[in-house]
Amino acid sequence: MRKDYNLEKRKYVIGGFFVLIALIYIIRLFNLQLGDSKYKIYAENNAFLNKTIYPSRGLIYDRNGELIVYNQPAYDVMMIPRDVHQFDTLDFCHTLNITPDQLRKRFQDMRNTPGYSSYTPQKLITHISAQDYGRLQEKLYRYPGLFIQKRILRQYNHATAANVLGNIREVSQTDIERDPYYQRGDYCGDLGIEKSYDEHLRGVKGVEILMRDANGRIQGRYQDGAQDVEPVSGRNLKLSIDLELQQYAESLMVNKIGAVVAIEPATGEILALVSSPTYDPRTLIGRQRGEGYKALVNDPLKPLYDRSIMACYPPGSTFKPTQGLILLEEGIINLQTTYPCAHGFISGGLRVGCHAHGSPLPLKPALQTSCNAFFCWGLKGMIDKRSKYGNSADAFEIWKHHLVSMGYGYKLGVDLPGEKRGFLPNAQYYNKIYGEGRWSANTIISIAIGQGEILATPLQIANLSATIANRGWFITPHVVKEIQDTVLPEEYREKRYPTIHAGFYDDVAEGMRMAVTGGTCRMANLKDWEVCGKTGTAQNPHGKDHSAFMGFAPYHNPKIAVAVYVENAGFGATFGVPIGSLVIEKYLNGKIAPERKFLEERMLESNTIIYSGVKKH
Amino acid sequence: MELRNTNQNQQSLLRGVDWFTVGLYAVLVVLGAVSIYAASYDFDNASIFSFDEFSGKQLLWIGLSFFIGLVLLLLDRRVYETYAFPIYVGMLLMLVVTIFISPNIKGSHSWIVLGPMSLQPAEFAKFATALALAKLFGGYNFILNAKPSNYLRALAIIFLPVMLILAQNETGSALVYLSLFFVLYREGMSGLVLFAAAFAVVIFVVALKFSQEMIMGITVGQFSVYLMIMLLMVVMLLFHSRNFTVARNVGAWYAGSGLIVFLLHLMGVDVNGHIYFLAAIVVASVYILVEMLKSGIKKMLVTVMTALISIVFLFSIDYVFTTVLQPHQQQRINVTLGIVEDLRGKGYNVNQSKIAIGSGGLTGKGFLKGTQTKLKYVPEQHTDFIFCTIGEEEGFVGTVTVLTLFMILILRVLTIAERQPTTFGRVYAYCVASYLIFHFCINIGMVIGLTPVIGIPLPFFSYGGSSLWGFTFLIFILLRIDAGRRDYH
Repeated sequence: MRKDYNLEKRKYVIGGFFVLIALIYIIRLFNLQLGDSKYKIYAENNAFLNKTIYPSRGLIYDRNGELIVYNQPAYDVMMIPRDVHQFDTLDFCHTLNITPDQLRKRFQDMRNTPGYSSYTPQKLITHISAQDYGRLQEKLYRYPGLFIQKRILRQYNHATAANVLGNIREVSQTDIERDPYYQRGDYCGDLGIEKSYDEHLRGVKGVEILMRDANGRIQGRYQDGAQDVEPVSGRNLKLSIDLELQQYAESLMVNKIGAVVAIEPATGEILALVSSPTYDPRTLIGRQRGEGYKALVNDPLKPLYDRSIMACYPPGSTFKPTQGLILLEEGIINLQTTYPCAHGFISGGLRVGCHAHGSPLPLKPALQTSCNAFFCWGLKGMIDKRSKYGNSADAFEIWKHHLVSMGYGYKLGVDLPGEKRGFLPNAQYYNKIYGEGRWSANTIISIAIGQGEILATPLQIANLSATIANRGWFITPHVVKEIQDTVLPEEYREKRYPTIHAGFYDDVAEGMRMAVTGGTCRMANLKDWEVCGKTGTAQNPHGKDHSAFMGFAPYHNPKIAVAVYVENAGFGATFGVPIGSLVIEKYLNGKIAPERKFLEERMLESNTIIYSGVKKH
Repeated sequence: MELRNTNQNQQSLLRGVDWFTVGLYAVLVVLGAVSIYAASYDFDNASIFSFDEFSGKQLLWIGLSFFIGLVLLLLDRRVYETYAFPIYVGMLLMLVVTIFISPNIKGSHSWIVLGPMSLQPAEFAKFATALALAKLFGGYNFILNAKPSNYLRALAIIFLPVMLILAQNETGSALVYLSLFFVLYREGMSGLVLFAAAFAVVIFVVALKFSQEMIMGITVGQFSVYLMIMLLMVVMLLFHSRNFTVARNVGAWYAGSGLIVFLLHLMGVDVNGHIYFLAAIVVASVYILVEMLKSGIKKMLVTVMTALISIVFLFSIDYVFTTVLQPHQQQRINVTLGIVEDLRGKGYNVNQSKIAIGSGGLTGKGFLKGTQTKLKYVPEQHTDFIFCTIGEEEGFVGTVTVLTLFMILILRVLTIAERQPTTFGRVYAYCVASYLIFHFCINIGMVIGLTPVIGIPLPFFSYGGSSLWGFTFLIFILLRIDAGRRDYH
């Protein structure tokens, strides 16, 4: 046979063509398999369904170990839209007791939610009942792409301390951006300690890695769960709140607007923190939350507004002990210094009224009788003392500095969100109003008696009471006593010392004791405990005077310091003193003495909201 | 040529068998079985020996194919040459019968169901066609280029099964036979045919791929094709007609006129692309024809014809694409060319296939640990898309190993082909090589997204008895023919 060598060369063309294709394929495979990691991610997104396992949220107890807040399971029906096939919607609706229209609307809403993606789990129906959950679970295999997400909701043993406890809500877009821990659909604390201690309470989410086939059906756990992450339960909290006292104080404040704060002076622990009117935290659970929250926001009495730490009131006469302390510290007065009171303070055409009592008088009786003139003269003596301070502005700055050290004008740092700082003017503030060098003590004299520009929160007033009770120091007030497995932050264990010598506090305390034994607070004079107190009747532009009280007991080694503030309730002695003394008595004795029952009843039954000018629909 | 004493060889029939190829065959088949096991493995339950499973059945097919291979080796090599045409005719008849007795499986009528198993005669028609073609070429004094009727006979042998398989609605299997043009090329067909085919593919791809943007009033695809035709004319004048002067003049004409059009464009006068290019090419063609008549170089006519046919082809692409091709074929081409990216629909298979292979990385996810394939994201993963399992579980190392094995096998078959002392043996061997090359290029090309999805199996790997046996016939008949090569002096 004849061989055609010209044609034989063509084997190179054929072989070469094939080798060229093979090389192109190898390069392509190199690019696919080694050049681009996106395919790995795609494959994982295909195959793995990371199912979040929510840890149980930390429980909340009161200071005596009484359980207040616990968890209840809730079930959300989730869906991954791209895995969902046609299914029997009628049967589905029947299982969950909803109408097809509701389901259609849910689908619509889901698609309109910001951040909707057909590749990630979306919430189809929230919070189905345990019965519905059971029924659906059995049929779930019929609905590929749907699964049930167990969640934790809160439940409350007592309808109390809503302002302290706060609640939980679904995270917003802002929350997700602020804290990468959160994903859409998670819950986070809102208000109260649920918010401020959220990181302790929430625990750490776990992940269960499931494998899902092309039809969206779950095919078991990846590597038998070897890569799963177990959830870590949230830490339990023990509050410093005394549940019984809190409930009692709340009951006294029914139909009143205001706040009661009780602090254990030695520890700074808040025993009761009442804002009135309050609300039932159970109205903010689960599916009712939307409506419950709306109702609270629209309530003209603003129950969501925690008056105990947010409301800034003129402190009125409860401010006078601070003045006594500053005057003593600055050497403006001593215990023998007396000032005249001619039914008031009269200076250069200015008159601040006062009531009938002996005159002239020194500090302790001035506290006892709540003499306005004494403290006005005292402030004038300080602010206008050019010989010592040079000018009014510098004197005022020193005055202000002392008050700041006592916790006024700035946030105290309570472990609750939303605390307000009150208001303390500085020299600059007055310069702006009156012009530099054009104001003096007389211009601003009403601040001496806690009126004028001065504003303080009930917490700040209670804290002053605790400081005097401790004779010169305080610990930042806080509502959480213990955090499981960890210690309280340093700031809630450290003593803070105002710029006043400790010795002067005894004198002020004695004045406050005298107010109870023979002054404005006689209603607070308990038989078996030495109560010290100071009333306040704060004029305000919103109508009737606010009734205020601050005090502590016993006189020696005090166990409780309180502040009461009732809006538009008149004299400090009419509401402030009774409520404050009842709280003290309740805490110290556990009960109210029979001869004081009438007082308790009067407080429980009275209504001061009618004076507030707020119209309730 | 004269036969040696054949009696002597009767005793050692297996003497001269290319054991290297047998070994390669065995390795590929075993790797194939392992891959099928992996592809059909379920995370929950799997048994390699269960005949309910693909892998279990495949083991049965493999066992039988080794038996078939042995029988084929033991037969006298002359049987294949002698009975080439009867076998071919028998196979054609079987293809015809199949059309009528086959159940409709997804629109295809290509299966003969025999109790528990199904056979696809189209797979067996491959070796029959190869034998017939070899027999034709091995005929006394048959030279392909001697007369046109030889072409007709060769093309008839190739296209008879193609027609029948198309009638079965198995386009992929029918296309495989087009690879036999390699054989015709090897036996003397002008390379221009292959070149023209390649150029047609390029025009087709470029015109479709760049049919969205416009330039000079025509699509970028058309623009590019025009440029390619111009360039091709110059190149052909240079290397085919070997007429430097004409090539230079035509080149200068194109460059000069193109420059003028560009300058006009800068001045704000836009010339329509069709008008300019057609005019330029027609002018050049007329010039070439005149030069041809002057010089008498007839080859220049080929250049002009090529240009004209290309232009006609360019204008018919739209028609071919939208009218001749079926919608699913159009979509597969669109997906391959990246014109549409329909990852949930038409592009789903290829996209998932690329994800499977791409996620394998260097060394893969490990045997039986591929999630794409185990969780059934890749369709047809034990048949046409079997390469995905290898890519996902064994990674780049695995895919390159398989590619290398195929390269060695195909180059080995080419070597065997060229060492055949008879035209019959050589043509048969080239047929085997051509089939393998086509299957290799199309199957792997489609799973890595380089060629459109054409449903043909990866030899030795894809699940199925017919495909495996079809290639077993091809390889072992080749080995039998090759084993007898020393019988010739």
